[in-house]
Amino acid sequence: MQTPIRNNIVLFVCVILCFLTTFLNFLNANQIKVGSQCSISSVKQAIIAAKKWDTIIIQNGNYKERNIVVNKPLTIIGENFPVIDGENNGQIFLIKADSVTIKGLQIQNVGTSYVEDRAGIRVSIAKNCLIENNKLFNTFFGIYLAKSENCIIRGNEVTGIAKNETEAGNAIHLWYCKKMLVENNHVTGHRDGIYFEFVTESKIFNNISTKQIRYGMHFMFSHSNEYFHNRFTDNDAGVAVMYSSHIYMHENIFADNWSTVSNGILLKEISDSRIEENIFEHNTIGVYAEGCARLEIKHNNFTKNGWAVKIMGDCEDNRFDENNFTANTFDVVTNSSLSHNLFEKNFWSEYTGYDLDKNGVGDVPFRPVKLFTYIVENIPPAIILLRSLFIDLLNLAEKVTPVITPETLTDNMPMMKEIKW
Amino acid sequence: MQSLIKIFKYSFYDVLRSRWTVLYFLFFLVSTFALLYFSGNMSKGIVSLMNVTLTITPLISTIFGVMHYYNSREFMELLLSQPIKRSNIFIGQYLGLAISLSFSFVAGTFIPFLSYGIFVSQEVWDFSLLIFTGAILSFIFVALAFLISILNENRIKGFGIAILVWLCMAVIYDGLILMFFVSFNDYPLEKAAVIMTTLNPIDLSRVMILLKLDISALMGYTAAVFNQSFGTTSGMIISLLSLSMWAILPIVLFNSFAKRRDF
Repeated sequence: MQTPIRNNIVLFVCVILCFLTTFLNFLNANQIKVGSQCSISSVKQAIIAAKKWDTIIIQNGNYKERNIVVNKPLTIIGENFPVIDGENNGQIFLIKADSVTIKGLQIQNVGTSYVEDRAGIRVSIAKNCLIENNKLFNTFFGIYLAKSENCIIRGNEVTGIAKNETEAGNAIHLWYCKKMLVENNHVTGHRDGIYFEFVTESKIFNNISTKQIRYGMHFMFSHSNEYFHNRFTDNDAGVAVMYSSHIYMHENIFADNWSTVSNGILLKEISDSRIEENIFEHNTIGVYAEGCARLEIKHNNFTKNGWAVKIMGDCEDNRFDENNFTANTFDVVTNSSLSHNLFEKNFWSEYTGYDLDKNGVGDVPFRPVKLFTYIVENIPPAIILLRSLFIDLLNLAEKVTPVITPETLTDNMPMMKEIKW
Repeated sequence: MQSLIKIFKYSFYDVLRSRWTVLYFLFFLVSTFALLYFSGNMSKGIVSLMNVTLTITPLISTIFGVMHYYNSREFMELLLSQPIKRSNIFIGQYLGLAISLSFSFVAGTFIPFLSYGIFVSQEVWDFSLLIFTGAILSFIFVALAFLISILNENRIKGFGIAILVWLCMAVIYDGLILMFFVSFNDYPLEKAAVIMTTLNPIDLSRVMILLKLDISALMGYTAAVFNQSFGTTSGMIISLLSLSMWAILPIVLFNSFAKRRDF
């Protein structure tokens, strides 16, 4: 009985000591001012002059600097958004130390490079960094973190001027990271808005990603992450998420991703994940799923999309529960005559069945795949017959006696009224 | 020329006064109001109205055309005994009917959209295109109806053939296209699709309107090919030419038959 208590005491003392040392560090910490009227007029000089844990305050002004290496734990704060300009000639901040804070700067003009992944702020193998309230403009890659842990990227505004995919970087780019928080950022005009590769246990919320020339968000091999309250609109190809499991996406808005190759969200090889309470509005394809397994897609609104859900034959054991499908040109499309997915208790605005016992659930099953959607899936040029009288007649005939459309893809409990949650 | 205008005027007012034109006008008025009310959205309203227009306008124009021709035969024969140019009589009759029908259509659809504020919305051009194609479809199908009627003395036979022609263009042609697609699925079909669509006025009108509406994004690669063919200025000119050929050819044929016919 004695040992655990003694252990606890040892731990407690340790914690106290830790606190004390940090506190002492803070006492030691100095403030260094950078500005045209100060003795130090460049950020680089300030970093050389600074000791660990110091705070560097950059006064408002225009600093033409690049390749600034932060190699000790420092807090760098801008007053009234001082401009740090790379003059289109190279990377601006490179953070190589733990516990670095960068706040309130305007970082601009990194310049395009085909050789290196230049970034406005690049963090490499560091922990506990905080990048907050910065404005990045024309920075090829905006904020680029590699092999880092426990960082917070909050409230940044990253604006790019990307014209085409090959000459563009990503706004927020994370590679091999862990336990990150990406919140309240506003990113626009890049190749991908938020890009994750091998990122785990992270939270991404309240971000707005619009007008990217490729994906609003793009992640691969990034397991166990949570995405919520984000807004992805007007991106050329929507949002793409691939090869990941245990994702929880909720209350996001995917809207106006409207071009010939655009998806609200493209799910490729995603498994054991939940997609809940999202809004998919006016996308060419709301949800495109390929090779997905065990997804729970619940309480989403699919409104005015070209195709609400395009689910390929290699998707298995996915559930679509209590979603609203309203005013989509096509509700569900699949390329296979067999379906291993379950649709239940959804509301379909196309549903024309009745409810005799008044329990709110339609008495006739609903078949969301129309004959024409099936034809178009197999013969794409047939889309020119869209809205022709002949096609309407065909659909009607198929509806009365289904022959070709997938037998198993039905909603046996279609709701009569729109679902609220 | 004078006589042409006179005959046109008479025929125009004659048709306009008939109950059927008023009914036709009322039908479009009510259904357009209903569509706008239920869709609530101008763009959706245009799409739904397009479905109605592309089916109903050709059908009604065909029926009207045949009926009008057979009904006014005696009157035409009376006119033929007067010193008037033959072509003036027939063209005057044709223009009178076609213009009054398209007038009822345009008025019937225009008034509801006007009351929903079409001029301040972004869909003005889409809507104008719809009205334009609806009107030109009336011209095309009245011309076809006249041609069929002059070729057939027998009313029942003429009527039957006219309806059959409408059915072919509105429904059966699309079925044939689909069959063609299914059998030649292994080949690139986009160009063939463009050509086949250009050959049918109803299909051509439908595709022209759909490409203008933002539904075109749904059409993927096919739409890209189509936009290249129809969306550009030259494509637009070709489509319009094709449409007007459909109206002009039958009436020229009709005229030449009428000239040679011994009444």
